[in-house]
Amino acid sequence: MGDLTLEKVTESYFDVLKEIGNIGAGNAMTALSQMLGTKVDMHVPQVELLEFNEVGAVMGGEEQIMVGVFLGVEGDITGSMLFLVEQKSAKHLINKVMMGMGNPDSEEFSEMELSAMQEIGNIITGAYLNSLSTLTNLCIYPSPPALTVDMAAAILSVPAVEFGIYGDNILLIQSQFFDEVEIDGYFILVPDIDSYQKILAALGMPV
Amino acid sequence: MSEIIKVGMADLKTCLPPNGITTLGLGSCVGIALRDTTNKVGGLAHIMLPDSTAVNLSQMNVAKFADTGIDELVKQMEALGAVRRRMVAKIAGGAMMFAFQSKSGNIQVGERNVEAVKQKLAELKIPILAEDCGLNYGRTVVFYPETGDYLIKSVGKGEKTI
Repeated sequence: MGDLTLEKVTESYFDVLKEIGNIGAGNAMTALSQMLGTKVDMHVPQVELLEFNEVGAVMGGEEQIMVGVFLGVEGDITGSMLFLVEQKSAKHLINKVMMGMGNPDSEEFSEMELSAMQEIGNIITGAYLNSLSTLTNLCIYPSPPALTVDMAAAILSVPAVEFGIYGDNILLIQSQFFDEVEIDGYFILVPDIDSYQKILAALGMPV
Repeated sequence: MSEIIKVGMADLKTCLPPNGITTLGLGSCVGIALRDTTNKVGGLAHIMLPDSTAVNLSQMNVAKFADTGIDELVKQMEALGAVRRRMVAKIAGGAMMFAFQSKSGNIQVGERNVEAVKQKLAELKIPILAEDCGLNYGRTVVFYPETGDYLIKSVGKGEKTI
């Protein structure tokens, strides 16, 4: 991957990466908002270079139960994309999309609800990656989504393992979204180390 | 007063009774709990990857890999008076969190982690007394070197002690 280290990427291109998160998540939010017929807001994206032992704490603690939709990113760049929603929020989100046919009071997820969640994840991460693709002129294909309901740390260990091969840190672009009260979730884009270089070059950054 | 020592991802620590030691949210990673059965010196390693020799890193965190992580944990426990031939192990984790994972090389990294851990422990002649590995869910573990109890908690699957 040349001599571009994660530390250097973070230091020199912090704002660029943040803008990627902004545009990507902004488009995803529009898609989500259209699906729900309500307004959805987002926080300013965070670009974080984390040690592995800090990874679990980024979203309200290692043991926070999250619904996670995971997609592999392929094409000109590689990496992964996660769409994570806190358990209760996910219930509300699903119920809204299913037009009240979900069961927001139970902690368990039915087959139907999981399937709905997977589709929501598919659509809005698709919107995220599409905008990134348009912005950079790179081909970016998401793999079919996989879904799990589990502890935040266990879910985040999946992209962390990819980074473990190269170093002791993980770089992620994190965008948090929310609507009035009920929904609270995150997008996390985790390009592989080589892909940072490609993304930055495609945006005309001197790498 | 006993306390619970926390071990992060790609991290390892030793533990003396009556304290316990924990690591939260093991996914494809493996939590290796070791204990000297005589003087109860214990330790826990949370490894992410199977093999340190597959990567060339000038400086690296030894706790990240099964092979170097277990070596280091044994060494640190020996510094506290533990003896390797009296050690026993319990292991948990190595799940496959998603039905598929994108990069071909890392498919079933959980499974490969478990295998590497077993191989390393066999090499060191440390017997594995119990294990709870594989499948597709995350685990939080708490190990008590006093009794050797290894408590495993999972989402929607309750708690068990191995």
